[in-house]
Amino acid sequence: MKIKDTPGRIVFKVINYILLTILALICLAPLWHVLMASFSNPTTLQQHSGLILYPLSSEGHPLTLGGYRIVLKNDSLIRGYANTIYYVGVGCFTSIALSALSAYCASRRNVIWMKYLMLVLLFTMFFNGGLIPTYMVNKNLGIVNTRWVMITTGAISVFNIIILRTMFMQLPMSLEESAQLDGAGHITILIKILLPLSKATIAVLALIYAVGKWNEYFTAAIYLTKSRELYPLQLVLREILIEASSPPGMDGDIHTVLGGQDNAKKLVEYSTIIFATLPILCIYPFIQKYFVKGVLIGSIKG
Amino acid sequence: MRLVDIKKDWKKNKVIYFLALPTVIYFIIWHYIPMAGVVLAFEDYSPRGGVTGSEWIGIANFINFFSTYYFGRLMRNTIILSVFSMVINFPAPIILALLLNEMENRYFKKVVQTISYMPYFVSTVVICGIIVDFFSYDGALTDILVNMGVVERRDLMVYKPMFRPIFVFSGTWQGVGYGSIIYLAALSGVDQELYEAAKIDGAGRWKQTIHITLPGIKPTIIIMLILQIGSLLNVAMEKVLLLYKPQTYEVADVIMTFVYRRGLLENDYGYSTAVQIFNSVINLLLLMTANAISRKYSETSLF
Repeated sequence: MKIKDTPGRIVFKVINYILLTILALICLAPLWHVLMASFSNPTTLQQHSGLILYPLSSEGHPLTLGGYRIVLKNDSLIRGYANTIYYVGVGCFTSIALSALSAYCASRRNVIWMKYLMLVLLFTMFFNGGLIPTYMVNKNLGIVNTRWVMITTGAISVFNIIILRTMFMQLPMSLEESAQLDGAGHITILIKILLPLSKATIAVLALIYAVGKWNEYFTAAIYLTKSRELYPLQLVLREILIEASSPPGMDGDIHTVLGGQDNAKKLVEYSTIIFATLPILCIYPFIQKYFVKGVLIGSIKG
Repeated sequence: MRLVDIKKDWKKNKVIYFLALPTVIYFIIWHYIPMAGVVLAFEDYSPRGGVTGSEWIGIANFINFFSTYYFGRLMRNTIILSVFSMVINFPAPIILALLLNEMENRYFKKVVQTISYMPYFVSTVVICGIIVDFFSYDGALTDILVNMGVVERRDLMVYKPMFRPIFVFSGTWQGVGYGSIIYLAALSGVDQELYEAAKIDGAGRWKQTIHITLPGIKPTIIIMLILQIGSLLNVAMEKVLLLYKPQTYEVADVIMTFVYRRGLLENDYGYSTAVQIFNSVINLLLLMTANAISRKYSETSLF
């Protein structure tokens, strides 16, 4: 039964279209501005006011890829990318492996002390030592200014353990029992039976971890103060975008490539943002459904 | 639990205990030892004495904190920033979800959703870099605000009255789309038959929203609210750290940024640990209170 829309409903629909369109434009505008600015001419860029909707150039001041040339030449940025990929990759593997192992142990029934393991873990969600004591522990372990600190920080998350444990406990017991009869050990059961069955959940958890690790700068800012060569991308970005300084070699490159034009540093900043963000922006539309799933998994816990 | 049982259990489940060992060690080292580290807050920490050898000064660090000029400023900034953020950024995703839910053009809805998630995938550092650029002396948004007559031309990042709005609304920009996911999921779970029944009773769209849709997603809203209140004092500290400048400390410095500066930049370990403990205790109290209130009035609670 199709009821005709009332006039009020039609007005609402129109307003709704307009509001959502405006919202989408607002979400898009800043990044569009940066993208367009990143190959505009720096001199023209400086004279422009307001949002940039198309690449800017003018008579005698052509469009330029100079910003990107400088970015791609810069060792700090490239190394930052490589470091971040390392932290994300190794961190993701370690984190998921340890979380799965913990969840497996915590999901065992009839093991006396495992009941208390969950309590011990949950307790840390409400109480923690905080910044300074944690810093001192890492310092005493001697892992400050090494790659280790980037991997160990946040390696096991209680949240992941809770989710995987629930997941494992919901799987039919008979699967494990028959495997046990065939002589499978705990590790075999975990790797060959439980993990494949919770593949989708694990993918989601891994993705959430990866995005967190990709974005993280604070841990690195605290613990990697004396080792530039270990900087993740975000820390190099902070240097360029926030602290308005340049990593070694960049100022020289700006001078050679852009001939010391006014505002050349701005152009490089825009190119840096695109360089650091474009890969994620190209990927996210295809993996967004996993994040939607992630949010839902999170809400079940609550 | 008898000793015999424990022995039998150990024999049978040795492997499990062995497998749990890495987890236990990890949590002891990175969670429980730091927890013990809170004794720092009661010491006049000196590197030579270390945690165990420094002078015990009781609650002097706390008293010291409460009596400084910083206490008022930090509390004020932390509370204003978090409450302001919450008032704007908590309802925003709900409203967006309701609007999206009313959108019948599925293709259009999908496109808007995908675009609205985008800012969430941009890293904090880059977001702050864009903010710093947009609100600089001749930044794009400074231009727009000047043209609208809202502000005089200046570097808005060092202009005190603008810090909070910039901080909060950039948060809306980043989080509104992603935040709406959970409510959209809740909305799709509302029983469709209720709407049919309401239509037969002659309820219009607005009435349906008030009487069916909102009650339908109320549990989700409440859970999200409790979680938010529980972390009220955990203002997005990493973002503040990127955006604030000595010129804006007056309105921007929050408890956790202060802990970071005093503790790690000025090496005042005891004092900053005391400040952080204060922060955690307040957070926990807020979480408990929110949970208790919600359990009493709406039968929805975290624990």
